[in-house]
This record gives sequence, C-alpha cells and structure tokens, in this order.
Amino acid sequence: MKRAPVLLFLAWLSILFYSGIWLFMSGFLLMRIELNNQSLCSQPPDPGLLSSTQQKTTSCWFPHRFNKAVIVIIDALKYDFAKYDPANTNPKPYENKLEVIHQLIQSQPRHARLYPFRADPPTTTMQRIKGVTTGSLPTFVDVGSNFASYAIQEDNLIHQMVQNGKRVVFMGDDTWDGLFPKKFYKSYFFSSFNVKDLHMVDDGILQHLYPTVDGGDWDVVIAHFLGVDHCGHKHGPDHPETAKKLTQMNQMISSLIEHLDDNTLLVVAGDHGMTDTGDHGGDSEKEVTAALFLYSKAPLFSKQLLEDPEAVPQVNLVPSLALLLGIPIPYSNLGALISDLFWWSEDGDDISALLTKTSAYQINTQQVARYLSSYSQAAGDLSADKLRLLHDLSSSSMAEYKQLMSEWDQNALSEAEMEERLTQLVQKMQVYLSQARHVCMESWARFHPLRMIFGSLILFMSCVVSYIVAEAGLSMKVSYRSLLGYPVFISLLLTVVLGLGTWMSFVDMDLVSLCALVTIISQLSFLYIFRLRKYAQKRWWSRPTSLLVSGSCIVLFFRCCTLFSDSFVVAEGKAAQFFLASLLLVTVAKLHWDGRLTLPTFTPLGSESLKPSLTPGYKKDGSRLLLLLAALGLCIRLSSFFHNCREETPECHPSAFLTPLSSVQDPELKNFSYICCVLCLGVIIYLIRKWLQHYGNLNSSSPLVLYVRWGFPLIALGISCFWALSSGTEDTFARLRELTHLALVAFPRAIYVFAGMGILLTLWKPMTVYMKQNQDSSADNTVTTFGGVPGSQAELQHVIPQIYRKMQRTLKNRLQHSREGEEGKKGAALEAYGLGSVYSAAMVIILSLLTLVLIMLHSERMTPAFLLLLLEALVILQIHGHVSNLYWAPDDSDLFCVPWYAVIAWALAATQSFYYTGHQPVFPAIHWNSAFVGFQDGHTNNIIPALLVAANTFCSNILFSAGSCLLLLWPFLCESPTGRRKRGKRETREGESEDEDMPLMEMRLRENPDCFSVALLQLGTKYLFIQGVQVLSQLII
Amino acid sequence: MDETEIRRLAVGHVLSVLAVLFSLCVPPLLFDHFSVLGTHLTWLCFCSVCVIAVNLLLLLTLKPNPSTKRSSLSNKVNKLYRSCLYFLASCLLFHGIIVLYGAPLVESVGETFFFAVLLSSFTTSRCLCILGPNFHAWVRVFSKDGAMSVWDHSLQITTICSVVGAWLGAFPIPLDWDRPWQVWPISCSLGASFGYAISLLLAPFWIYWNRKQLTYKRR
Ligand SMILES: [Zn+2]
Ligand SMILES: [Zn+2]
Repeated sequence: MKRAPVLLFLAWLSILFYSGIWLFMSGFLLMRIELNNQSLCSQPPDPGLLSSTQQKTTSCWFPHRFNKAVIVIIDALKYDFAKYDPANTNPKPYENKLEVIHQLIQSQPRHARLYPFRADPPTTTMQRIKGVTTGSLPTFVDVGSNFASYAIQEDNLIHQMVQNGKRVVFMGDDTWDGLFPKKFYKSYFFSSFNVKDLHMVDDGILQHLYPTVDGGDWDVVIAHFLGVDHCGHKHGPDHPETAKKLTQMNQMISSLIEHLDDNTLLVVAGDHGMTDTGDHGGDSEKEVTAALFLYSKAPLFSKQLLEDPEAVPQVNLVPSLALLLGIPIPYSNLGALISDLFWWSEDGDDISALLTKTSAYQINTQQVARYLSSYSQAAGDLSADKLRLLHDLSSSSMAEYKQLMSEWDQNALSEAEMEERLTQLVQKMQVYLSQARHVCMESWARFHPLRMIFGSLILFMSCVVSYIVAEAGLSMKVSYRSLLGYPVFISLLLTVVLGLGTWMSFVDMDLVSLCALVTIISQLSFLYIFRLRKYAQKRWWSRPTSLLVSGSCIVLFFRCCTLFSDSFVVAEGKAAQFFLASLLLVTVAKLHWDGRLTLPTFTPLGSESLKPSLTPGYKKDGSRLLLLLAALGLCIRLSSFFHNCREETPECHPSAFLTPLSSVQDPELKNFSYICCVLCLGVIIYLIRKWLQHYGNLNSSSPLVLYVRWGFPLIALGISCFWALSSGTEDTFARLRELTHLALVAFPRAIYVFAGMGILLTLWKPMTVYMKQNQDSSADNTVTTFGGVPGSQAELQHVIPQIYRKMQRTLKNRLQHSREGEEGKKGAALEAYGLGSVYSAAMVIILSLLTLVLIMLHSERMTPAFLLLLLEALVILQIHGHVSNLYWAPDDSDLFCVPWYAVIAWALAATQSFYYTGHQPVFPAIHWNSAFVGFQDGHTNNIIPALLVAANTFCSNILFSAGSCLLLLWPFLCESPTGRRKRGKRETREGESEDEDMPLMEMRLRENPDCFSVALLQLGTKYLFIQGVQVLSQLII
Repeated sequence: MDETEIRRLAVGHVLSVLAVLFSLCVPPLLFDHFSVLGTHLTWLCFCSVCVIAVNLLLLLTLKPNPSTKRSSLSNKVNKLYRSCLYFLASCLLFHGIIVLYGAPLVESVGETFFFAVLLSSFTTSRCLCILGPNFHAWVRVFSKDGAMSVWDHSLQITTICSVVGAWLGAFPIPLDWDRPWQVWPISCSLGASFGYAISLLLAPFWIYWNRKQLTYKRR
C-alpha cells in the first residue's frame, strides 16, 4: 500500500466532514452580502422623477419637511413602558411612567404619535443600530468588505446626513463611535461597558443635551440613553429602579420638548424590548416590540387617525427620516415609508397631499427595486422567481405612476378619479415594499431545519466512517484502494449524471442538495462495501487499543457533554485545560497502577517473604514522567495569562499581552517587553536547532540544513526588526518615516516568501541525513543509526555488531532507492547521522517555519504564548513517547498504533492553545490587525486578508493538525539507546555476545512501509474522528 | 477471621462517616453564624480536624497495621514527626496540583489551601494511619495487585473516590446558575466529602462481595 491512497482517503474523509459542516452552516448561518454602493443626491433611483421635485435646492430627491431632528434612543424601551393606560390604577413599576407621551398625544393628536416599533432579530443593540441606520436586515454574519473594523460600511442615514451637509451631534453609547467613526460633527461618548452602572451614561447625556439643543450649532442630535437597558439587566423590569429610570426619561422628554422649535422633528425610539428577566437578543415577542414616538411642534399627521396605530417595522424609520429631512434614502434600505407622515402639501388640499405621498412612495419603491437588482447581481441567494415577480410589480407601478402624472397634467382626470387611482397605486407600492422585505427576510433570516438535519446526519456518518477505519486499522490491511475507489467512483458518477440532468433540466436540484445526496451516497456505499468484504475478521472493537474500552473515552465523553452547555462553551478554554491535565495524569497513574513503572524484579504478587518494607525498584521513567507532568501543568497554567475575553463576561479582563507593543506608553516597559519577546523568539529558534542537533540532523550540507542553520536566525532577525519598526513612535523625521513605511511592508513580505521557500524546500528535499564516507576503513568503522552528536559516536562504535551494519546497508540502499540520489552506494561503510529522525526532522522544520510566520501575525507580546505552546506540545509528545515505550515491546505492531488518549490529548491541547493564544470564538475577538501585516496600505482583494486572519485565528489548530504526525513518530524517537531487546533479530545473530542493541528509531517505519501507511491513516482518521465528534456535539446544541 | 476483619473495617468506616456528618450537622447547632456555605473556610478546618481525629482514634483502637517490630518511644516519636512532615508535604503538593488545574493563584489562596488540607485528611491521613509514614508501601498499595489486606483495599477505594469526587465537583463551577455552592472551592470540597463518605459506606460491601478473589491475593 502506497502513500497516495492514504492521502486520498484522508482527503475523502475531510471532504465528507466539510460538506457536512457546510450543509449545516448553509442552513444555520444567516448570511448577507453587504453592498458598498452609496445613494447620491444627484442620482435618484428614477431619473425621471427629478424634473418635478428638484425645484428646491436644499433637498435631495424629495422636498424636505424638517430642517432639524432630535433623535432620542432609549435602549430597551419596550412598547409596554411607553404606553399609558389611565384606567390602570395599580401600575407595575414599569407601567404608566412616560406620562408626557400620553399627554402630548391627547392634547395634540396631529403632532404626536406612538407606535409599536418592531425590531428584527437578533435584538442586540449593535445589530439594531445597524438596522435602524442602514435600513437593511442585519444577520448574524454580514460579509463586509473591510476586515479591520466594526464600522458600518453600507450606506446609512448618518453617512447620508454628513454627506449632505448636516451637522450631526451625538451623545451617549460609545458603540456608535465604533460603528460610525469620525462621522459626527461633535460627539460625547460614554462607555457602555459596565452594565451594572445605571446612571453614568444618562447623566453624561443630560449634561450636554440641553446646552447643545439650545446652542443651535447642529442639524441632527442623536442621544442614546442606556439606563433603562442596564436597569433591566441588573434588576429586571419589575423593579423600583426601572420606575425611577423611566420617570427620569419622562422628565427628559418633557423638558426636551420645551427646547425644540417648529422646524424640528423629535423621534423617541427604543432599539429593542426586553424579556421579563430584563434580557434581550432573541426573537420573542417581548424582545422585538420596542416603542417609537414621533413629535413635532408643526402639525405632522393628517387627521385624527385610528386609536391604535399598527406596528412599524424598525427599518421603516430609515426612508421616512431620510425623505423628511430631504436626504437620499440609504442605498441598501428595505424599509417602507411610515405612511401617516407623508401627508402634507403647500396648497393644503387633499389631492396634492395624496400626490406628495404617492411620489414619496414612488421614490421608495424605485430605491428598493434598484437595491434588489444590484443585490441579485452580487449574490445569488434570493430566489429568482420571486425577484422576477417583484420586478414586474415595481415596473408596472412605475409605468402607472408616469401615466397618471401625465394624465393629471393634461387635466384628463377628475379629482375623485385621480384620488382613487392614486390610493390604489399607493396600496400597490405598499404591497411591493412589504413583499420585498419579506423575500429578503426569508432568505436571510430563516433557518433551514432540513439542511441542518442532513448536515448533522452527514457529520455523524463521517464520524462513524472514520471511527471504523481508525479502529479496524491494521486488521484491514488488504487495500483501501477498493474501499475508497467504489464510493468515490459511485459518487462521481452520480455527480456527473445529476449534473448533466440539471444542465439538460431533466431534474431540478440546487447545489446544496446535490452535494448532500452525493456525500450520503458515497458514505453509504463505503459502509456497504465494508460490510461486504468483512475486513474485520477479529473483533477489532474488543482490542486493547480500542476507544470503547480505554478510559480516555470518558474524558472525550465529558468533553463533548460540556459543549452542550452555554456556560461551558464560555469557559471552554479552562475546561480543555482541565481535561488535558486530567487525561495525562490518569494515563500516568494507570501506568503506575499496571505496574509498568516498577522494575520487573519487584512482584507484588509475591510470597510471604515479600513484606511491605521491601522497597520496590523504579524505572527512571517514573520520576521523569512526574517531572513532565509538572512541566505540562506549569505550561498550561502559565499560558492562561494570554487569554482573551468574551463580551458576555464583564468581570473578565483580557490579557495585557494582547495589546500590541506600539500602544504601550511607558518607554521602559516597552523596551523591556520588546527584549523579552525577542528573547522568547531566540529561545524558540535555539530549542529547535538544539533538538535537530541532538538527533544529528544538522551535520550535512544539504540545502535544507543550510537553510535551517542560517535561515532560521535570519527569519528571527527579520521578525525582530519588524517588531522594532512597528512598535516605534510616530514622530520621526519625514524621510525616515517613508523608509520605515517601506520596511514595514518589506520585512513581513520577505519573511512570507522566505518561509514559503523553506517549506517548499522541505517538501522537495526532506533529507537531513548526513552520511560520511569512509572508503578506506570499512572494516572497523561502523554504521550507526543513532543520531547522536559526532562526539558521542566514539563510545558507541565498539558495541555495534556486524549484523546491524549489514542491515543498515540494505536499509540505506532502499532509502537511496526511493529518495534523491546520494553518493555511497558502493557498499562502503557509512556513518549516517540523523537517520533515526528523518521524518520527524522534516516535520519539525515545517512546523517551526509555520510557527515563525504565525508569531509574526500575532501581536508581538504573544510570543511567550507560542513558546509555551511549543513546550506544551513537546511535553505531551515526551509523555506519549515514554508511555508507549513502557507499554509495548518495540517490535509489536501496536507501536504503530497511536493510542486514543494521545490523540485526544493532542486535540485538547489544540483547543486549549486556541484560547490561550488570545483567541475567542466570537467575532469581536478576531485579531483584524493581522490582515495588515505586510500590507500596510490595505488590500485590493479579499483573499489575502482573509487568509491572514484565518491563519491568525486558527494558528493553534493549524500547528497541532500539522504536527499530529509527530504523535506517531515520537515513540520511536524516545526509544532509549540501551536496554531494548529485539527478539526477532536475535535469531539471525552471528555469535556476537552483545546484548546491546542500537535503537532503530524511525528506521523501523522505513522497514514496514505498510504499517507506516496504515498507521498514518489510522492516526489521521482518529484525529478527524475526535474533531468530528466535537463539531457534531457542538452542532447538535 | 476474614469476616471479623471486614466487620472491624465496617465499624471503622461508619465511624469515619459519622465524623463527616458530625462536622456537617453539629457546628450549626452550637455556634451562631455558622453555615457550611457561608463560613466555608471554618467548616473546611473543622471537617479536616474531625476526620483526622477519627482516623487517629481508629489507629489506636483497631490497629489496622499490626507491626511486628517492637517499637520504642524514640521510634514512635520519630514516626510521628515523619507523619506530620508527610502530611504537610501532601497538603502543599495538593495545593500545587489544584493550582495547576486552574484554581486562582492569588485570590482565595486560603480556601485553596484548606481545600488541599481537606483532601489530604481524606487521603494522606488515612494512608498514614494504615500504612505509616512509609512511602514505598504507599506506592505499592496504589498499584493493581498491591493491596495485601482489607485495609489496603479500603484505602484504595476511599482515596480514589475522594479524588474523583473532588474532580467531579469542579464541573458545576462554570455554570451560570449563580448558586452559593458554585463558589470555589465549595462544590469541590463537597464533592470530595461526598465521594469520601460514599466510598466509606460502600467499601466494606465491595470487599465482602469480592472476598474470594481478595483472599486469594493475600495468601
Ligand atoms: Zn439595546
Ligand atoms: Zn442590553
């Protein structure tokens, strides 16, 4: 069996996993593409409209109604808080508190109105601010174009206001600063961080609000109060504090009204509601019903309308505000106008008011139609049929409008007729707008349960397949080729047939279901063939290495269970650390329990003569293992200083090491940490080189070795220069600054290229074996596989028996056969250094190159975390090596089987170091800065920054997955040079009396290529299985 | 003799369980402002003292470890001294292990330490009483075929159960239920005590159940 089928098999399995995950995600993750188009004053959605309405130069698209607006956002202002019921004599703390709204509605029904304000889920403040300014439906993932910030990139109200010369003054929640950086004319931000603080933000706003409004130096004032929301989080709505807070808001509104003039619109809105416990974020009725109150001193509404106005979707505020203020509607808006608001005219009669309304609706319709057509060009997730229907509707209403206008201009219609037809047209456009919103909501904001079920099903089956392969492992040596071949062949056939069918439109399938079908068929055919062939003659599930009988399955089980609970997901880093320590501790304890640590002379089953006082002997491994365990604990504990925080845990403080060096103020601290980081980098390089040297892989003069010798320090030097430059202060000379800028770009790019070259070199010529030719002294100079430093060679030479020299030679010949030509096939005695670690040396080189690049992508001060990560991996490998060598005889085939506990420990370590290199699986914790390492000026496309950010985020997973081969290799490396016996070889000995035996180390793998391939496959499938199980249990919640 | 030995063991175990129960129930009756959750630190000390006292009592009355040597006074003093030293070392070791497992390093260091003391009194003090300050004997007992008497077996079972109880006790800590017993180290110490008590009660039955195999081993 060759390598290629193994790799193909692993690739096939990962494709299965990926398609499962993808299927699930396509049903679960709501995605939307953000468009960057901006509405312009000079480009209304329908150019034909301009002629009639462009008389006024101060407004765009539509004559403005108000010059100024005061927008007061009271966070979590539920509709229940705002409505007033005079009949209620025994109000709860949150009821009947906003009296001023009630009074205004009663006394001035044409000036004031209160609506239920329906928020679209998710009802978090940030998403709501996005919704209420862009007019679109924010989903969980908005695929934006800019990776570096939270700023809203889509066209929005604030942007349009600023663009059209409005002076926007903001006060309140500092979330707005992140969303609209540098947009405000004046701003007073207050931190929203401390949820327990009820008054800081509100008092701050109240200090500035009235002076600002009186000052007149503004066009739009936005005030975002947080007190009510914080009060809900802290006490819940049903609490006297809420009453106090609402009373304060009541006073604020009533005195604010006294400061307004005739030409100002007042908007009081809640961004979302709250549940009975004071939380929000979901889509329950109580969370989505906020309040919207509109007021102006000039009459705003036509006539006295119905008692209970119907609910207004939040996005509807966007076009209404835009047209009232005379600015363009944001490009991506999906909202419809609030129809009550558009009833005015200069003449004052009903027909011209209706005309105003119709033309406003016309603009809104055309704007939405324009957005939908650009969106459907950019992304294909809206259904084409519905889009076509919508398009027909919008163009027919457009045509009708034009026809009506021309008929009206020619006086061909009576007023009553005109009124009726206009009303019909408005209704038609209202239908269009609500349907457009609906279509978008359907594709952006709805889960597909079927896809989710199938996704998890595929994942589950993939887990089963990988488990079977991992467990059956060696017993099904026959051929994976047939096992793999048929499923792939069948699925490919199916794909082609169905693809052709779709193409010739016999069958109607979309890509997702096609993929699901193919995946499932290929899995089923695999299982069928597996059953048919009965590869597993002996019951592989009862073997000692099986997962089910080993204790580590308990840890895996617990680990998967913890993923079901939200609070454990929050604490996942700590949990992984806890499990990792427990797993390895239990492994070592079990080693002791099984008596593997005591020397064979001590037999506890002994006779009476064996008193407890008899001291048992210990192998050295015992104390060594304890030391390693302590080192592991220390590594894990220390690395927890590099953690990051989620938003949900306000008591958690992110590690100080996460801030880049350039933001450290104190110069001494800065220098000190810089030196520390460079030292850590140096230590990493030194350790890697030391390791390679120890195993004798640094002696030859092959290009790779030269690369390791000189390239690694060079890379380190480059990185430290880069750090020095990027952390330097800004105020240098202008000429130098240009140079610095150039260097900031040049250094990382050079390192990318150099490291890439190194990896290619390793793949091309992975040999780091040094062979010394000794033609003349072949008789007594010997061959050794032991890769020691040359100095230690001398003392080993005399003990090496002839037989191994021969064997070595054959090995060597085989080696030369497969690899690049090396000299020395003349049968001369050879000295080979580093032969024992050929494979792992190549692995280590690749890994260290990856590490160096990843370090550069992180903040400078995370370097110690990487050092700890490497040490942790090393310690786990060492423990694993010791344990395997204690358990299994060297020529046992079990040595080729990496036990489950090691693979689980490896996966846990990957998770744990994900958290402790400063990451969290939430969007705000992504290190966007890494996208700009080496690309200071931004990017032309999205691929490179996405790659860089992904590399940064998944650094530990990348490293650990790439390093998982080492799990297989390490026990061979740990073989101690003495004290090992090989039964198999002893028979062929030619009378030598040496008991001592050179360790073959990784040459053993070369001896059994089949076992090696199978072992690799097994390891890969085990790793995939564990990751798959974790993903699966995460998805099921 | 087997049966009598097991009976003696059971009596000793019941006494030990009573010690834990005593520390749980009695102080709230005697003192004001005492509750296991509220004044946990005090309870930790009190429980440890009770458990150690009962263990000493059992050592003196039941004599689980009949030593053949005639021990002189100086020998005894030496043994006592070494036992104290061992106990202290085990407390520190447990403390270190707990911190490495993720317990806070600086804050609530007292709680962590007294939790370590509690664990030591559940495990080390019993080891000291049954096996004496003989490290090699300890190592022997905690291997697969190392137990040589019912006492050794009970030691194996109680020690493992206490530690596992403490381990399981760590699970509720991250949950966001905001219960008073989720505070470090209350759930862990309660878990350890629970594991200890359960194992004390079950160990005699288990040994009685498996007495055939066990006698075989001891012969
Ligand atoms: Zn909010
Ligand atoms: Zn909130």
